[in-house]
Amino acid sequence: MSAVTNLALLSVSNLQAWYGESHILHGMDFEIKRGELITLLGRNGSGRTTTLKAILGLTGVRTGSVKVDGVEAVHLSTHQIARLGLGYCPEERGIFSSLSCEENLLLPPRIGEGGMSIDEIYVMFPNLKERRNSQGTRLSGGEQQMLAMARILRMGAKILLLDEITEGLAPVIVQTLGRVIRELKAKGMTIIMVEQNFRFAAPLADRHYVVEHGKIAAVVEKHELAAKADMLHDYLGV
Amino acid sequence: MTEIFGVPIQAFMGQLTIGLVNGAFYAMLSLGLAVIFGMLNIVNFAHGALYMMGAMFSWMLLKYADVNYWFALVLAPVGVGIVGVIIEKTMLRWLYQLDHLYGLLLTFGLALILEGAFREAYGSSGAPYDAPDVFKGVFNLGFMFLPKYRAWVVFASAVVCIATWYMIEKTKLGAYLRAGTENPKLVQAFGINVPLMVTLTYAFGVGLAGLAGVLAAPVYQVSALMGSNIIIVVFAVVVIGGMGSIMGSILTGLALGIIEGLTKVFYPEASSTVVYIIMVIVLLIRPTGLFGREK
Repeated sequence: MSAVTNLALLSVSNLQAWYGESHILHGMDFEIKRGELITLLGRNGSGRTTTLKAILGLTGVRTGSVKVDGVEAVHLSTHQIARLGLGYCPEERGIFSSLSCEENLLLPPRIGEGGMSIDEIYVMFPNLKERRNSQGTRLSGGEQQMLAMARILRMGAKILLLDEITEGLAPVIVQTLGRVIRELKAKGMTIIMVEQNFRFAAPLADRHYVVEHGKIAAVVEKHELAAKADMLHDYLGV
Repeated sequence: MTEIFGVPIQAFMGQLTIGLVNGAFYAMLSLGLAVIFGMLNIVNFAHGALYMMGAMFSWMLLKYADVNYWFALVLAPVGVGIVGVIIEKTMLRWLYQLDHLYGLLLTFGLALILEGAFREAYGSSGAPYDAPDVFKGVFNLGFMFLPKYRAWVVFASAVVCIATWYMIEKTKLGAYLRAGTENPKLVQAFGINVPLMVTLTYAFGVGLAGLAGVLAAPVYQVSALMGSNIIIVVFAVVVIGGMGSIMGSILTGLALGIIEGLTKVFYPEASSTVVYIIMVIVLLIRPTGLFGREK
């Protein structure tokens, strides 16, 4: 099984996706190996969020190929794709208001081995333990973001898809999330992040993909960051 | 003779009982409608016809297969639930992305077809269905006589309603249902088979209607039109209670049955319209219904 580490855990090739009539993704190509952390960078509307949704089959029509651990997923329905080992944290966080904090946390089913226990999660996010009986949407923005992260850590997912997890959060909470991501990476978790906050993402990621007009416009490895800073600046306006 | 507000207590308690029994049926039916609307976004106008089928199935089971009430109490709702699975899989499935109106029209058409078919086969005059022997007779409560079967209907529907409420509000399965009502796509993205859940929710909701039909069979005549008699009131109940709340639909159903019964005592002329008068008042003051939430 050791050879598997050199194979892509998720590979996306020529992925195209539509919302109704609008053609959003025009052939995305990228891959991620086990234990890697990659980011999808780009301006608003470039198609990063849509890429995560398209991987999970949450857009309209999609074509091309999405392989999770070698299994072609492009023709499967959303719940079957998730069961291949994906944990999804949506941009809008998706905390359910008719569920308590703890019910939100326990909602996603276990889809694989190695998920964290509820006790481990409460050690990582002590706030959630305090607030566990509160209505999900009564939590603060930061707590809701932590809840949205925490609930997919129970699932035993092989790959985490994290969409703009730092958006609109206070610096201290961003720091906490950075610590959590580093812990997960140290445990060998495979992570795809869509990030606006380049300073948050830069030290964490092994590789950056710049998305523009629904395609990969550039790939920047971690060690090239300094050399390609100007180019990134042009693409992202950071 | 003892009187209460100038009305003989026997008459008062008699109408109160009838009101409770009707309220029990309203509660079970509006509960099913609320569950279905929450998950499927469909106003299930076929609900009355499926309630009628519950009663018809139990009458047919007795007539053709000599299957008694107790087995019918299980078999008929399951049968109605299977009909529900077929309806959801073959028809409703295509309507979820569209306006409520399409679901309403489709299920209204279905109701007409189902009622028409049963009227064609069995006429519209209705057939009696006897309660089991154990429920023959009355309890003498001292101040009134309570027919045993009516007591059973109220008890059984209370158990079913509370069990349903508990399942939805307090269990893991219910958490899936509540989450799926809010954001089905995200629930599916967590690996839960939402399309299957939707099918089973519809089957469960109409199964409740079927169960109400079996319970109703000995109280009313079993006839092809029994559903259309009750469903209009039930929709008024749903409008008053609001679609959003499980407990709300149960309590509203029960309360309106009682109000209807008591109106028969105090002002009989208004007894068949009181529910609609309340509906109008509620719509004017709280358009989302007493327990409803903005969607």
